[in-house]
Amino acid sequence: MIELLYFAWVRERIGLPREKLETNAATVAELVAELCAREERYAAAFADLTSLRVALDQELADFDAPLAGVREVAFFPPMTGG
Amino acid sequence: MRILVQSEAFDMGAEANAFAKTVSGAGAIVTFTGITRDSAKGDLEVMEIEHYPGMTERALTDIAIQAVARWSLAGCLVIHRYGRLRPHDPIMMVATAARHRADAFAAAEYLMDYLKSRAPFWKKEITASGTDWVAAQDADEDALKRW
Repeated sequence: MIELLYFAWVRERIGLPREKLETNAATVAELVAELCAREERYAAAFADLTSLRVALDQELADFDAPLAGVREVAFFPPMTGG
Repeated sequence: MRILVQSEAFDMGAEANAFAKTVSGAGAIVTFTGITRDSAKGDLEVMEIEHYPGMTERALTDIAIQAVARWSLAGCLVIHRYGRLRPHDPIMMVATAARHRADAFAAAEYLMDYLKSRAPFWKKEITASGTDWVAAQDADEDALKRW
């Protein structure tokens, strides 16, 4: 079971800030494909991966990163701190 | 090293003075304060700042550790707010202390560059005409290349 977190407009498009998921996805990209197949709101949120960032257990990662052992996956737009 | 992620306002003068008392062997302190910029039209009502609790503190700490090591800083302070801010409200502040000013300036710029695009904050502008997420600038990402 992994915990999914969504921030900023990703959260707004999907319509919730977090959820738990049982998945066999081996990579972030596989997880994204699985979510997109589920419902249109996910497909809308993940339509352009170049405008998204992903963090695995609170560390920035790539979309081809493996999910083995990961407990928390967060999706969000490029950050705008400062 | 002091990292604060908070919704409350802070007093930049008081923070700078308190910081100055904690640094020994320093000959230079640089401070930078970011304040909430009004929209181009001047109709910003609220700037809403969202963050990723947990990752935010980790990311800021990692960035500060890098800066302290690279410029042998005598001290480093990062304060970043989240929540609903009004135009001109202070959003964030960094302070660096070093033996000489060049290191303090460089470290402050480094902290700001990384904080802009590697700390998980997102800004949303709320104006009379609607709401808009502030988009990341390519220039902010490019700024990291100089380090």
